[in-house]
Amino acid sequence: MNQVNNFTKGFFKENPILVLLLGTCPTLAVTSSAINGLGMGLATTFVLFMSNVFISMIKGFVPDKVRIPAFVVVIASFVTVVDLLMQGYTPALSNQLGIFIPLIVVNCIVLGRAEAFAAKNNILSSAIDGLGMGLGFAMALVILGGIREMLGAGSLFGYKFIAESADGILVFILAPGAFITLGFLIAILKKLNKTS
Amino acid sequence: MEYIIIVISAVFVNNIVLAQFLGICPFLGVSNKIETAFGMGASVLFVLTLATIVTYLVQVFVLVPLNLAFLQTISFILIIAALVQMLEIILKKVSPTLYQALGIYLPLITTNCAVMGVAILVIKKDFNLAESVVFAVANAIGFALALVIFSGIREQLALADVPKGMKGIPIALVTAGILALAFMGFAGLV
Repeated sequence: MNQVNNFTKGFFKENPILVLLLGTCPTLAVTSSAINGLGMGLATTFVLFMSNVFISMIKGFVPDKVRIPAFVVVIASFVTVVDLLMQGYTPALSNQLGIFIPLIVVNCIVLGRAEAFAAKNNILSSAIDGLGMGLGFAMALVILGGIREMLGAGSLFGYKFIAESADGILVFILAPGAFITLGFLIAILKKLNKTS
Repeated sequence: MEYIIIVISAVFVNNIVLAQFLGICPFLGVSNKIETAFGMGASVLFVLTLATIVTYLVQVFVLVPLNLAFLQTISFILIIAALVQMLEIILKKVSPTLYQALGIYLPLITTNCAVMGVAILVIKKDFNLAESVVFAVANAIGFALALVIFSGIREQLALADVPKGMKGIPIALVTAGILALAFMGFAGLV
């Protein structure tokens, strides 16, 4: 039961983007479509999962004073792995996401979970925590990307549902739409949390 | 002429915060007062320029000749973290007044993706050293400009009557969106 709670807390109660407001840079930058959001979300999930497991394994050997640099090196290694994998197998997506793949390394969620959770808990709990948090992050990215894609291009995951010749409200795909959509999404969530 | 284009493009057209989405955390976090916005802007200018120069030199003279370009992410983040630490120690000794002014912002900068982002962008765009420095300074000015404008608006916003659910972060994000819309007016300038 405890582990289930560990897994689900990343989705609603402690959702990294919508509740904790961590990692806003990639959130705003890559969510111009649902598919980009999904790609970025899964890449971050992988890094979060692997680094949580690894850091939980080495936490006994690393002296307290150098733990932050040590964690950063671990995270950067897994980011490099993801970056190279995506360049090799999904070059189009890797191009779309651009510098935000290497920038996962400075995403506060990853280091935040390492410091707040993996450094204090056993491997299994850390793995579940990483997976839950990562998927919660991915879920928020897909929701945000989906809303922006539907409003901005009239499509979802690339399938257009308005007339072929019609355009969406372009501003939602551009930079201002990212800020405005996230602002309203957080406001709605706050309201829902209060009433429930 | 080329440098002027880089500057205008980085400050106005492709503003690092409002168009490229780098450094959003400090943008939302320390923009409550104009004074703190100035302090953060100055610190970023300092660190961003220095970090870009060092990472550029490491990339060109160490990583590329040794065929280690895949270590870019790891080495850059370590360089930036070490640089920030060093800067903090040096500033404390050399200029206590400056340290007082910038001190609290320095540790925050390590996780500011603007610094890492510009360092990577410079390599991606194949700039030479002079262009890289101009690009770094221009981006830092763009960051400071966006931060100061935004904090000015937020000071006014504190007095406004905002709907209950929109208070705090949501209204700040919508404001940033409108600011980004205003900056889009610069498109086509270069």
